[in-house]
Amino acid sequence: MYENDTIAAISTPAAVGGIGMVRISGENAFEIADQVFCSVSGKKVVETGGYRGLYGKLRDGQGEIDEAVTFVYHAPKSYTGENVVELCCHGGLYLVKRTLRACIAAGARLAQPGEFTKRAFLNGKMGLTEAEAVMDLISAQGSHSAQAALSAREGAVYRKIHGVADQLLALSAGLAAWTDYPDEDIEEVSQENLTEALSKVCGDMNQILKEYDTGKILREGVDTVIVGRPNVGKSTLMNLLSGTQKSIVTQIPGTTRDIVEDTIQLGDVILNLADTAGLRETDDPVEKVGVELANRRLDTSYLILAVFDSSEELSQEDKEILEKIKDRPVIGIINKSDLQRRMDVEYIRQRVPKVVEISAASGEGTEALSAALLDLLSISKVDTSAGIIANERQRACVMEALSVVNQGLQALKAGETLDAVGVCIDAAIDSLLSLTGEKATEAVVEQVFARFCVGK
Amino acid sequence: MEEYYLNSYQVAVIGAGHAGIEAALAAARLGAKTAIFTMSLDAIGNMPCNPSIGGTAKGHLVREIDALGGEMGKAADKTFLQSRMLNRGKGPAVHSLRVQTDRQQYHVLMKKTLEAQENLDVIQAEITDLRAENGKISQIVTRLGAVYHVETAIICSGTFLNSVIYVGDAAYESGPDGLHAAKGLSPALTSMGIRLRRFKTGTPARVKRNSIDYSKMELQEGDEHIIPFSFETPREGLKNQVVCHIAYTNEKTHQIIRENLHRSPLFSGKIDGTGPRYCPSIEDKVVRFAEKPRHQTFVEPCGLDTEEMYLQGLSSSLPEDVQLALYRSIPGMEQVKIMRNAYAIEYDCIDPMDLQATLEFKQVSGLYGAGQFNGTSGYEEAAAQGLIAGINAAHKVLGRAPFTLDRASSYIGTLIDDLITKGCQDPYRMMTSRSEYRLLLRQDNADQRLTPMGYQLGLISKERWQGFLHKQQLVQEEIARVEKLTFGPEPALCALLEEKGTAPLSTGTRCADLIRRPQITYSDLAPFDSGRPNLPEEVTEQVEIQIKYQGYIEKQKAQVAQMRRLEEKPLPEDIDYAKVRGLRLEAAEKLGKVRPVSIGQASRISGVSPADISVLLIYLEQQKRK
Repeated sequence: MYENDTIAAISTPAAVGGIGMVRISGENAFEIADQVFCSVSGKKVVETGGYRGLYGKLRDGQGEIDEAVTFVYHAPKSYTGENVVELCCHGGLYLVKRTLRACIAAGARLAQPGEFTKRAFLNGKMGLTEAEAVMDLISAQGSHSAQAALSAREGAVYRKIHGVADQLLALSAGLAAWTDYPDEDIEEVSQENLTEALSKVCGDMNQILKEYDTGKILREGVDTVIVGRPNVGKSTLMNLLSGTQKSIVTQIPGTTRDIVEDTIQLGDVILNLADTAGLRETDDPVEKVGVELANRRLDTSYLILAVFDSSEELSQEDKEILEKIKDRPVIGIINKSDLQRRMDVEYIRQRVPKVVEISAASGEGTEALSAALLDLLSISKVDTSAGIIANERQRACVMEALSVVNQGLQALKAGETLDAVGVCIDAAIDSLLSLTGEKATEAVVEQVFARFCVGK
Repeated sequence: MEEYYLNSYQVAVIGAGHAGIEAALAAARLGAKTAIFTMSLDAIGNMPCNPSIGGTAKGHLVREIDALGGEMGKAADKTFLQSRMLNRGKGPAVHSLRVQTDRQQYHVLMKKTLEAQENLDVIQAEITDLRAENGKISQIVTRLGAVYHVETAIICSGTFLNSVIYVGDAAYESGPDGLHAAKGLSPALTSMGIRLRRFKTGTPARVKRNSIDYSKMELQEGDEHIIPFSFETPREGLKNQVVCHIAYTNEKTHQIIRENLHRSPLFSGKIDGTGPRYCPSIEDKVVRFAEKPRHQTFVEPCGLDTEEMYLQGLSSSLPEDVQLALYRSIPGMEQVKIMRNAYAIEYDCIDPMDLQATLEFKQVSGLYGAGQFNGTSGYEEAAAQGLIAGINAAHKVLGRAPFTLDRASSYIGTLIDDLITKGCQDPYRMMTSRSEYRLLLRQDNADQRLTPMGYQLGLISKERWQGFLHKQQLVQEEIARVEKLTFGPEPALCALLEEKGTAPLSTGTRCADLIRRPQITYSDLAPFDSGRPNLPEEVTEQVEIQIKYQGYIEKQKAQVAQMRRLEEKPLPEDIDYAKVRGLRLEAAEKLGKVRPVSIGQASRISGVSPADISVLLIYLEQQKRK
């Protein structure tokens, strides 16, 4: 946690849209903007007065990114009370993300969840009454970000990063055991071995960074899960939304056992839809696996469509689902509105702020559902780009780790002693683990005792 | 039982081991009327385990204790038998001093030092009760019923609280070395709301010197050039007096252990205390690392006036006959005679998360804890805490400000911060890998980091302070000189550089830049440096390290500055974390348990995320504006 450094983040929803904006805030905002933005008039951002705009081009190491308009705010007359630059380019994830990365490469740090707002508050830009809203916002964004990090691509990237962290931990533990137990029978850590191992880690990190973009951008959207107890019409809803028969629909509860996925576009928003097995206690081993998968997907998805059958009374299972999803972005879908109502809809309304009645079978109410979805996603204080931001955050961590490991390699090459190299390895571990808040020193000490037979 | 009043003290230290000694000396030296209580005057400064002081990171602690004006380093310098600087060649940050000590001489010297100390009474008595009034410690009571009125008390009970010794299926209440277990204090602590836990540790046998055939073992000699612990000890005239030996266990040893595991109280489940991971018994090692074909042991003399030898690495709680059999399976020890058997010991200790950074209990004003009682292990860790507790108890009664050290200042600060912020699940041992600032916290610069504080406290003499200032001045002058001094590409210099495997000069180059090359030392350049002043070794050593590591030192200093900014944002004591909006439940629970004093400390608690820290910052600002 740095106090006064310069931060950057994407400040528009991460969806297909007209305009995308990256905001930079902090002492060096102008200098950083000048490294990624070049105005047509030749005027630099640092030379530009407050509340002024410039037109020009954004660029990074690869070349030109996009045309852009840049707005300049001088401290304290800005949202955060610091120097602020807003870089506005065309919408679309690819351009905005590239712009953000250029800013980070130029020295900005990726903002923590809610950090702009936090700075605004700490700099006296907001009144006391807003403090609690700010705290809620930070806390919500923080947990969604963490959740998204786990959900993003089923955590594949996250697992790869952890793989690298584990390699570094093993190296650091080897070095620590050899250093802290010089009289024990522990294999010497040689400059050559360490160089080789660190070079491999660098290679792995470069590979992770390279894989970040390939083929995934278009698919990025809001991870959405359809949940409900068996036979409330989840699959019918899935088919209705995706426009084709993806899920097999029968009257037999427990038909959907695997997760059925599709990507749909709803207005400006891309939804990654997942239809899941009905949530219930079951002894059928195959269905059990399905229920576990559904529960996991429920945990890792951002948006929840919770389906209830209005022709039946609320069951214990329904109530358990409501308990599970409270406080998360959720739309309650009261299905089978064409049948006679037996359900206490008020019970649901008290727990889920947004409720839509539909008949998935006849298609009645789908417009209302679209409207509710868009409404929730656009007004939601929660950033729908949490997944993307989480990915960017991971990427920034890997970049930082790569840079310190390279410093360690340089130190080795120069023939410097291993104490200096060890500190670089620990710093890299700290970067990689920062998403989960684990600390390198503790993790290393754990590893020393797990791997080595040391003691007096 | 009839009670009677005997005396009043400002600081009462309970226990005269390594923690108690430093606590009592510091408090008395700072001017508090102090008493130190011990169950036996003949056990002051006893080393019930290894006859050595220092080691990796522990050596750092001893130098820091000395830099602050503590006693351990000086005593170790006067009673050492063999000295080694460990980790030479792995970088100055991890150089660590370790000495074999004459156990008896060390005890005699420490007893004498306590006895000679002004303001300090040394009393043989077992304290069996503690009393508090209005949440403040007020009286301590001896087994005989003597009541002492006290303003503060520091508990340094080591492994004595409700201690039970285990050897095979024998288990009996006892402290180490035949001293009886301390009963009574535990219930008194519990009644004050202090939680107690059971920890376990162990020690190997002491065997007879002339029953070992050393020709079958590896010889381990001390350093030729000896560096003392204390910055006050002159570097001349220090000599090794003994050698140590290294031997190895083998498959036969391991077989004996495996066949007798059912007779071990550890494996049969009799002991439920948490043992240290870093000091496992030989049976632990054989079970956990079954693939290792051999384990190492060091044979270390316990003193000049005794035949007892310590077998480092072979601690055990197996029955005595198994101990003998396993020791005798080691080459060179076929005829070995045990003089004191190995044992495991289980004892009461506290959860250090109940302590503040001053080592005062959160629950009871004026009550402090130090050493193994706090859940640590090792003489050096104990002494470090004793010193800090002693200083703070004295400061409290003298109306001075609390004295705490942060992680960036020292291993002592790191040790205490780890204890109070993270707690410990087994006896805590200091390691260099525990410090994220270890390039700054070197053993060679402990004086630079801490002696100004020691002087300000009043624990460093004027004379030593002058010497310290003089040394620092010489270091700075010499650094300035070699930063300015330029060498031309003379053939002799270029030849030297090439011989050392580094590039020759093509133009004029500053002397300091040559020293920055890892291959070149300060003394290598002496022949080319005619204007070089004649400086003592401790000065040139600093010049060299400070120049060579300048880049790393500055980088770590920047990290320290960042850490200290967060450290300066205090968190009020009475925050109800459960009511702070936006804090995650896990974070609120952890914060409520640790009750960090600053945002910095809060950020080090595992389970507290950056988002939680942001929420706390906003909360603080909100409270400020209200």
